[in-house]
Amino acid sequence: MTTTEESYSFNRHVLAYIHQAAELGLYDIRGLGAKRVLPTFDDLVFLTASLSRYPLEGYRERCRTQTVLGTRFAKKPIHLAIPITVAGMSFGALSATAKEAIGRAATELGTSTTTGDGGMTPEERRASKTLVYQCLPSRYGFNPDDLRKADAIEVVVGQGAKPGGGGMLLGQKISARVAEMRTLPAGIDQRSACRHPDWTGPDDLAIKIGELREITDWQVPIYVKIGASRVTNDVKLAIKSGADVIVLDGMQGGTAASQQVFIEHTGIPTLAALRQAIEALEEMKMVGQVQLVISGGIRTGADVAKALALGADAVAIGQGVLMALGCNSRWYGTPDHRTDAAADYERLGTVPGSCHHCHTGLCPVGITTQEADLEARLGVDDGARWLRNYFNVLTMELTTLARACGKSDVHHLEREDLVALTVEAAAMAKVPLAGTNWIPGL
Amino acid sequence: MAVVNSAVQLDLAKKSVRELNQFLHGDLAGRGIQRVEVLNPGGVHNLAVGLDADVDVDIRGHAGYFIAGMNKQARVTVHGNVGWSVAENIMSGVVRVRGNASECAAASGHGGLVVIAGDASSRCGISMKGCDIVVGGSVGHVSAFMAQAGRLVVCGDAGTGLGDSLYEAVIYVRGKIRSLGADAREEPMTDADRAVVSRLLDQAGINHAASEFKRVASARALYHWNSDAHQAY
Repeated sequence: MTTTEESYSFNRHVLAYIHQAAELGLYDIRGLGAKRVLPTFDDLVFLTASLSRYPLEGYRERCRTQTVLGTRFAKKPIHLAIPITVAGMSFGALSATAKEAIGRAATELGTSTTTGDGGMTPEERRASKTLVYQCLPSRYGFNPDDLRKADAIEVVVGQGAKPGGGGMLLGQKISARVAEMRTLPAGIDQRSACRHPDWTGPDDLAIKIGELREITDWQVPIYVKIGASRVTNDVKLAIKSGADVIVLDGMQGGTAASQQVFIEHTGIPTLAALRQAIEALEEMKMVGQVQLVISGGIRTGADVAKALALGADAVAIGQGVLMALGCNSRWYGTPDHRTDAAADYERLGTVPGSCHHCHTGLCPVGITTQEADLEARLGVDDGARWLRNYFNVLTMELTTLARACGKSDVHHLEREDLVALTVEAAAMAKVPLAGTNWIPGL
Repeated sequence: MAVVNSAVQLDLAKKSVRELNQFLHGDLAGRGIQRVEVLNPGGVHNLAVGLDADVDVDIRGHAGYFIAGMNKQARVTVHGNVGWSVAENIMSGVVRVRGNASECAAASGHGGLVVIAGDASSRCGISMKGCDIVVGGSVGHVSAFMAQAGRLVVCGDAGTGLGDSLYEAVIYVRGKIRSLGADAREEPMTDADRAVVSRLLDQAGINHAASEFKRVASARALYHWNSDAHQAY
């Protein structure tokens, strides 16, 4: 009799991993975020209105979505039409076309977009009405002129996909333009440091933030971005360091290229991180003074609504944005003139729906590439339209849920509106298990 | 604010850091201001940051972190010691420290010249991207870590791990090198190297013979991921 029983411990994925490690002596580097099963916002549901709550009419009564970030110290806080922003993604990881499309969509939506490692491109600045400029450990392309052009500054301490780790941009994506912006030779594997070159620790960060404020004459908000690991302490320290806004990136957050071991085995889920951050803000009596932006695997309007109900002021989306542009789609182009990219996925050793090969620079749909022929597969107008549609859908879903909970402002959603479907989610989010008054740990 | 010997004087015993920087960010040329003296710095941080003007600024005393950070055009001189990250991310101009500098001097500097007359502590020139640095004394450990472009001239000794993970920046050391970092190696000095060192020493106002310096540059063995050298990354 043929044996077909597969081991749970040494299943086909583990076997493939061990065989590859043995053959090549290399670990996997890939893009996007964690693929493992994790507790998510899907494990929460809303207790919408009935007799004990009064709902708003979904199609007639207004539900406000305006969002203000950076009210603590900045003279010019960020005013957004919606609480949904675009997370930091670099030119280098993404094509200039993709960055321009994102900027244009964000402007049309009245929200912000964010630079990434590698600096600010003129196309991105022109396209983006509200642009957040990241100050990263590598300082690739970082300069005071762009700093003064920014509407907000984001000091990146960590990233959810790889908290405690640096970045990687493999040589095949280092075009002449990317290399020039980063002051490095074209074609080499570029590492981004895991620590800032000019400060270490929260006391130094406070002085660094002071420097950035002085250079920009205290005009713009300063965000501090943290990868979710020791969230409670990190949020408190960021507040103490003088941040106007905390950006907290959970372990489902994406990356352009990181070690698989980092992506799947570091940090904590966004759901758990958010609750800890809110508690830290509450403990510091900073709710309403320091705003919280949550990111890491936000996909739907329901995710946005639940994040706001738990206490976030806004969300930031990266991977969902790429998918709106066509990431992991079988086709590129418009529905009228679309082209099948299945063969290009196959050449990468994958299929549409499973691709995480952003690190190769051979993106079949032209988003995470610096190859001119691939980049041409994404049109700026098309990309901007798709992203605008996606964010509009998220906003409609968000306001639908808020109205059903009786809220005339999405920021009025509250923890009391939520229950959990699993014991794990109840414990992490600190909301009752559905049908009970039980919150594990309380 | 007083004018003494054609220099505008700002006394930090009476003015705040904010007032100083706001003044320095103003239209100095339009007001005919070419020299500014900062009195009583008292070791405070973030003095003369983000300047973008053809002006001389003299800070009379010791100063704290990030002095002259992200400088453009201006010539800033500190007549004393400085804390961490003096002239960080400098773009152009000249920043001089008459005393010693603490850690991370000229970190990620893109252009311009930074002169430390005394010693600089660890990670001097970390992540530098095209600026030139001349240190009259010695530098601490892991100086020029991940340095991408530019020149670091050290007239004294260098600590451990010099030039770790170097890219295209070049280091010149006159004294002893305690140890080199990953992918850094000593290379023969050429006539072009000696000319560069002579010129930078001239600009720094430091008198040594270029022939006394050693050259350290990247072996470029880590430019592409190499699993056999994984501990070197």
